[in-house]
Amino acid sequence: MGYSESDAAPNAGGTRVERQSDRELVVTRTFDAPPRIVFAAWTTPDLFMRWWAPKSSGVPMLSCEMDVRTGGGYRVEFGHDPASAMAFYGKYLEVVPDTRLVWTNEEGPEGAVTTVTFEDKGGKTLLVLRELYPTKEALDESFVGMEGGMPEQFEQLDELLSTLEADAAGG
Amino acid sequence: MVQYAAARLDASFAALADATRRGVLEQLGRAEASITDLADRFHMTLTGMKKHVGVLERAGLVVTEKVGRVRTCRLGRLGLEEEAAWIDRHRQLWDTRFDALDMLVAELKAKERDDGL
Repeated sequence: MGYSESDAAPNAGGTRVERQSDRELVVTRTFDAPPRIVFAAWTTPDLFMRWWAPKSSGVPMLSCEMDVRTGGGYRVEFGHDPASAMAFYGKYLEVVPDTRLVWTNEEGPEGAVTTVTFEDKGGKTLLVLRELYPTKEALDESFVGMEGGMPEQFEQLDELLSTLEADAAGG
Repeated sequence: MVQYAAARLDASFAALADATRRGVLEQLGRAEASITDLADRFHMTLTGMKKHVGVLERAGLVVTEKVGRVRTCRLGRLGLEEEAAWIDRHRQLWDTRFDALDMLVAELKAKERDDGL
């Protein structure tokens, strides 16, 4: 199948998604802040919890633990109550402050290795995220495990954005 | 509409239930090919391959076009649409996340400026 540029057309938000090979998905976006700020949002649990699971997903993030150093582990739990929480976990293979993060997803045998790079572009950050799956099938089905967490109610996104906006105005 | 979609899915699954037909789709994903090419590659008779291609064609997975004496096969729109839908689901997830990250980053940046760092 042809993974052409047209499949990866940038939208209004500027997020580009491209399947670069059978096993690799690449997501690109530019943020209007220097890498150290964007990096902090990926590596500080309190901050990470505010954006990784948007309210539109319908499944809140219950907890987030991160030991952000090479060889350190992380564990993120989603759900409506701790008894039925769904956990995602793994370890950091590489941590270069403000520059590069590599981690594993070890909750299943078909987990991806995710590499995120933060590149300074004159005060902005070009962020490139690569998910490399062990097999083509694992990438093809990479949404199956998350199905419950991804209902199509994107109208809730507006609520999240206005909340963050209000927080930003108040801070 | 729902019935039509269900019938189309049935046809797709039936078409995909056969290893040779899945192989043909994979092959056509790389490049279009004539039925003769496909028959050679999968060590089949021309008649046998025509049957397989017919099943794929009815499911919308393959389209064929006859130019002169050669019938060329390529992936159908249904396959392409599914792929576009797959990419779109990933894009929606990341776009939603990154919109939220965008707001947070703007907030952190403003805070840093206010704190005079």
